[in-house]
Amino acid sequence: MTFRIGPRTSQVIAYITLLLMTAITVIVLLFIIVYILKNGLGQLTLEFLTDSTREMGKEGGILPSILGTLFIALFAILIATPLGVGSAVYLVEYTKGGPIRRIISFGADCLAGVPSIIFGLFGFIFFVISMNLGWSILSGGLTLAVMILPTIIRTSEEAIKAVPHTYREISYSLGGGKLDTILRVVLPSALPGILTGVILGVGRAVGETAAVIFTAGSSLGLPTSVFSSTRTLAVHFYILAREGISMPKAYGTAAVLIIIILVINFIAYRLMHRFIARYY
Amino acid sequence: MKINTTNLNLYYHKFQALKNVNMDVKRNLVTGIIGPSGCGKSTLLRVFNRMNELIEGVRTTGSVLIDNEDIHSPMYDVILLRKRVGMVFQRPNAFPLSIFDNIAYGPRVWNISDRKTLTEIVERSLAAVDLLDVLKDRLHDSALSLSAEKQQRLCIARLLAVEPEILLMDEPCSALDPIATGKIEELMLELKKRYTIVIVTHNMQQAARIADEVGFMLLGELVEFDTAKTVFTNPKDKRTADYISGRFG
Repeated sequence: MTFRIGPRTSQVIAYITLLLMTAITVIVLLFIIVYILKNGLGQLTLEFLTDSTREMGKEGGILPSILGTLFIALFAILIATPLGVGSAVYLVEYTKGGPIRRIISFGADCLAGVPSIIFGLFGFIFFVISMNLGWSILSGGLTLAVMILPTIIRTSEEAIKAVPHTYREISYSLGGGKLDTILRVVLPSALPGILTGVILGVGRAVGETAAVIFTAGSSLGLPTSVFSSTRTLAVHFYILAREGISMPKAYGTAAVLIIIILVINFIAYRLMHRFIARYY
Repeated sequence: MKINTTNLNLYYHKFQALKNVNMDVKRNLVTGIIGPSGCGKSTLLRVFNRMNELIEGVRTTGSVLIDNEDIHSPMYDVILLRKRVGMVFQRPNAFPLSIFDNIAYGPRVWNISDRKTLTEIVERSLAAVDLLDVLKDRLHDSALSLSAEKQQRLCIARLLAVEPEILLMDEPCSALDPIATGKIEELMLELKKRYTIVIVTHNMQQAARIADEVGFMLLGELVEFDTAKTVFTNPKDKRTADYISGRFG
C-alpha cells in the first residue's frame, strides 16, 4: 500500500512552504535594518549630520562622508545611465539578435558578477595612476560607473525587448523613422524597467566600499571639487569599525547609509509609480 | 485607379506567399479582401505600405503602382509612402501615452510641434471618428483607459492625423463585439467619402455590408475580384462559390 498526499494537502504544504520562505527573507532583512537602526539611531543628532569629522571619526559628525557618497554616486549614475541605455538601445534595435548582441550580453553578465574589489584595483591602476586623476570623487565615480554599467545595460536591454513589437510597427506605419520610434515610443514604454536598473545601480554605488577605497581615497576633508579625495559612508564605517575608533559612530554612520538608500529607493519607486499610473 | 498591382509575387525566403496578384483598387471605394486564414490577405495589405520589409527574407517581384507611381522604385520615399498609406491593425493598440499624445504622434514625427496646430489636428481627427464630444475634456488621460471600440476609433484618428489618402485595415473589428463592430463599420462608410479604403476581413457578412468591390484569396492567389454583388451572388470561380457558401475556410 502506498501513501499518497491528496491534491488539497499538497496545495496547503506548498502554500505554507512559500509563505515561510517569504517570511524568512523579510525577517532577515528587517532584522538587519532594525539592528543597525537600534544601535545607530541614538547617534543621529543634527550635529552628527552637519558637523565635520574630527579625531579620525571619534568626534564630530559625518557631513564630509555624506557629501562624498552622494557626489560619487551621482557622478557614477550620470555617466553610467546614458552609456548603459545607449548600449542597450543599440543591442536591441540595431543588432537584430545576432552574434554581436549575444557576445556583448554575455560579457555584461560576466562583468556584473565580477567582485567589486577587482573594479577597485582596475580603477586604481587606470583612473588614479594612468590617467593621473588621483584619489578623487572623479576616479571613484568613474570606477563605480564602470561597475554598475553591466547592470544598467542588462536591465535596460530586457525592458526594451519587452516593448511590444506592434508599437514599433504602428510607429513605422505612421511614417516614423527608426530614431523617432526609439525616442518617442520604445524608450518611454521601457522607462519603468530602465529606472529599475538605475535604482539598482544607485543602491550598489551608494553602498560600495571596496571599489571606492582604492579610487576615492579616505580623506576626511569636506570635498571642494571633483578632484577632492573623499571617504564614502561605507568606507568611513569600515575604518571606524576595523580600527576600533568608535563603534557608536560606526553604527551611526551605518544607520545614515541605510536611511539614505531607503530614501533613494522610496523616491525612485514613487516617481516610477507616478509615471506608470499616468499611462498604464 | 488608386492602387494597381501587376504580376505581384512575394516570397518569405523560399515560401511564396503571394502568387501573381493582379488587382485594381478604385479611389473612394471600400475594397474588401476575404479568404481563409493564411491565404496571404494580410500580406497583400502590407505590400501597399511596404510593412513587409520589416521582416527579414521578404522579396517581391512585379509592380505595385499607387497613383501610377511604382512604390518599389528606389526613388520612392518609403516614409512618404507610409504617410500616404496608413494602416489600422487588428487589435486596438494605443500607445501607453495620453489620448492627445497618441494622436499627436504622427504630426510630431512630421515635425509639427506648435501646440496650437497640434491641438487643432487632434480635435479635427477626433471629430472625424466621432470621439471629440466624448473625449474633449479628457485629452490628457491615458489612452489605455478607453474601451476597445473607443481605442480602435482612437487608432483610426491617430492615422487620420497624418492626413493619409489610403486606409489599410487589417481585420479592424476582430477584437470588438458586434455593437462596436457596427459602429466602426458606419465610420468606415463615412470615411470612404474622403479616403480610399482596403479592408482585410475574415467576416464575409462584414465584407458584404461595407465593401464595394471584393477580392477572394486562396493560398496566395487572388482567385476572384469583382463587385461585392457579383462575388457574393454570382461568383464565377467554383472555389469562391464554395468558400462563400461555407463549404471550407
